[in-house]
Amino acid sequence: MWKFIVRRLLITFPQIILLSVLIFLMAQAMPGDALTGVIDPNVSLEEKEELRERLGLNAPWHEKYADWVGGIVQGDFGQSFRFKMPVTELLEQRLMNSFWLSLMTLLFTYLMAIPLGIISGRYNDTLLDSSITGYTYLGFATPLFIFALVMLWVFGYQLGWFPTSGSVTPGLEPGSMEYVISKFNHLLLPALSMALIQTVSTVQYLRSEIVDTKQKEFVITARAKGASESRVYNKHIFRNSLLPIAAFFGYEISFLISGTIFVEKIFGYPGMGLLFLESILLRDYSVVNAVVLIFGVAAILGALLSDIILSIVDPRIRIK
Amino acid sequence: MSNKLLELKNLKTSFQIGDEYYAAVDDVTLTVNKNEVLGIVGESGSGKSALAFSVMGLHTRAKIEGNILFNGKDIANITPQELNRLRGDELAMIFQDPLTALNPLMEIGDQIAETLILHNQNMSQKARKERVIELLNMVGIPRPEYVYEQFPHELSGGMRQRVVIAIAIANQPELLIADEPTTALDVTIQAQILDLIRKLKNDMHSGVILITHDLGVVAEMADRIAVMYAGQIVEVADVHTLFENPKHPYTRSLLNSVPADGQDKLHVIQGIVPALQNLPREGCRFSERIPWIDATHHEVNPVLHEVTPGHFVRCTCHKHFYFPDKTKEAELHGNSRS
Ligand SMILES: Nc1ncnc2c1ncn2[C@@H]1O[C@H](COP(=O)(O)OP(=O)(O)O)[C@@H](O)[C@H]1O
Ligand SMILES: [Mg+2]
Repeated sequence: MWKFIVRRLLITFPQIILLSVLIFLMAQAMPGDALTGVIDPNVSLEEKEELRERLGLNAPWHEKYADWVGGIVQGDFGQSFRFKMPVTELLEQRLMNSFWLSLMTLLFTYLMAIPLGIISGRYNDTLLDSSITGYTYLGFATPLFIFALVMLWVFGYQLGWFPTSGSVTPGLEPGSMEYVISKFNHLLLPALSMALIQTVSTVQYLRSEIVDTKQKEFVITARAKGASESRVYNKHIFRNSLLPIAAFFGYEISFLISGTIFVEKIFGYPGMGLLFLESILLRDYSVVNAVVLIFGVAAILGALLSDIILSIVDPRIRIK
Repeated sequence: MSNKLLELKNLKTSFQIGDEYYAAVDDVTLTVNKNEVLGIVGESGSGKSALAFSVMGLHTRAKIEGNILFNGKDIANITPQELNRLRGDELAMIFQDPLTALNPLMEIGDQIAETLILHNQNMSQKARKERVIELLNMVGIPRPEYVYEQFPHELSGGMRQRVVIAIAIANQPELLIADEPTTALDVTIQAQILDLIRKLKNDMHSGVILITHDLGVVAEMADRIAVMYAGQIVEVADVHTLFENPKHPYTRSLLNSVPADGQDKLHVIQGIVPALQNLPREGCRFSERIPWIDATHHEVNPVLHEVTPGHFVRCTCHKHFYFPDKTKEAELHGNSRS
């Protein structure tokens, strides 16, 4: 198992380096820079050029890249032109907000997916299964941003059960009970909206795993031992079906990232996704670069996590 | 007390295909006595596994008619709870493919221990572990303590089949059904596994049903042999009679196909068992495979006839059966091709 994990880790580093180069080159290819938008008539073209020189905007790309990476390694993502603060500081709050949103979404996703998938798989081709499968098709067909808007409109504005924007009610003492409850309250609706859509792929995956495992011969062996149907399911079928689901877990992170971009925008939730959209519109490239890099690294680490989980729970890999 | 362990009476097992039921096991009447090995022989698709699964109650979607008397009690329609009490305890089965018969995520020892847990809750954990080690020893697995904690994929096919056997014999079953236990293994391992089954049977005095498509396998193992074709028993006899004086054309063909004999391969009837939906619903089911025998020689409703005590043959066609000679056979094939 250790050999496998070490080997897997070794591929991760070049992946991350490649990602950073790509992000950097892409940002370079974008038209304009932070000074293009400055149309103050008091700043002449020569002065702008001088400023560019001073800020290092005219250096060759590999020097700029080395500069950028060197900063990141020391925790310095540069300066946000728009927020007039270090990107790192800006990211800190946003990252925590997105982290809680993702965690809550994952929790809801699995709380729904596991029982639904199990019921649907065990009682396949019954009415219960058909209704669950029907829900998954609906979930696949519904765009997340439309669903989130409907949720916001119904539960936020019409029924008024949940706050409609932000991550916490302003003016509360951080760390106090009210503060925590308010944070939780702000999370619920966006997390639930995302989970209700995101869960359908896991439900379908789990269902087909169970339907598949049911046909396996070792299940017949278990029945021939005299195991009851509930024991056959709990001890043999579910264990074998949940294994690939556990491995799927890391990949959910990629879905989460794309999900948060929509959902944070709709719910005005100040996380990484919202920051990403805002910064793109304002050409705040140092922030965009940092956000994309973090998204990319999260996705790569998610895949790594999947493989490590699999290597721990599956003896067929564990032994190697 | 009667010597009969298992009695099948007009057993019929049907599967639904489309809107209709088709019988994969049709009107099978058979007896297995205590301490006896009954061989069931037939080509692939003749319904041997369907028969075994019926006895074990392992079919999930089949219609079962007739009686399955186990120690005099009909188990064809008992509750799942009653069935689970029997399975793994008094009734046990060895499966064809050891590569898929074990749970890939469970340690070998735990898979054997499960059978013990299910039928003897009072056994201490220590006693149970000792018993598992003992079983692993019995089936000839070296270093049992080590293998206990291994997973199936770490063992060879032959070793896995030994584990499957250990599971089956864990509670000393009265009836052991072995469904082609060596088909998936290579030849050298086959003989070892058969020896093992014979030895265990002698130790436990169990009744054994040994299923195979290879008459050579049952020749030295079985006391009696039932030959199955298209869901029906076509001939039953003790092993000597069957090998010395086979009656049914199908049995004779099977005997000629045993490679060790070095007999004339031309005296083997060509063809395969038809699919369930294509089985003739009346008349002699074997008639299609021997078209050179006049239709009038078959019975309208073929039944088993006792030709000598204990020797039964289905249909009357065997009385008129002959293998076509070489030239005729060649002609026959040539004709059917054109
Ligand atoms: N669950 C099932 N559903 C439908 N047909 C089946 C099923 N199981 C077996 N059969 C059919 O029944 C016939 C006998 O199969 P089987 O008992 O597996 O034969 P054997 O074990 O002698 O090779 C075959 O035609 C097979 O296709
Ligand atoms: Mg079979």
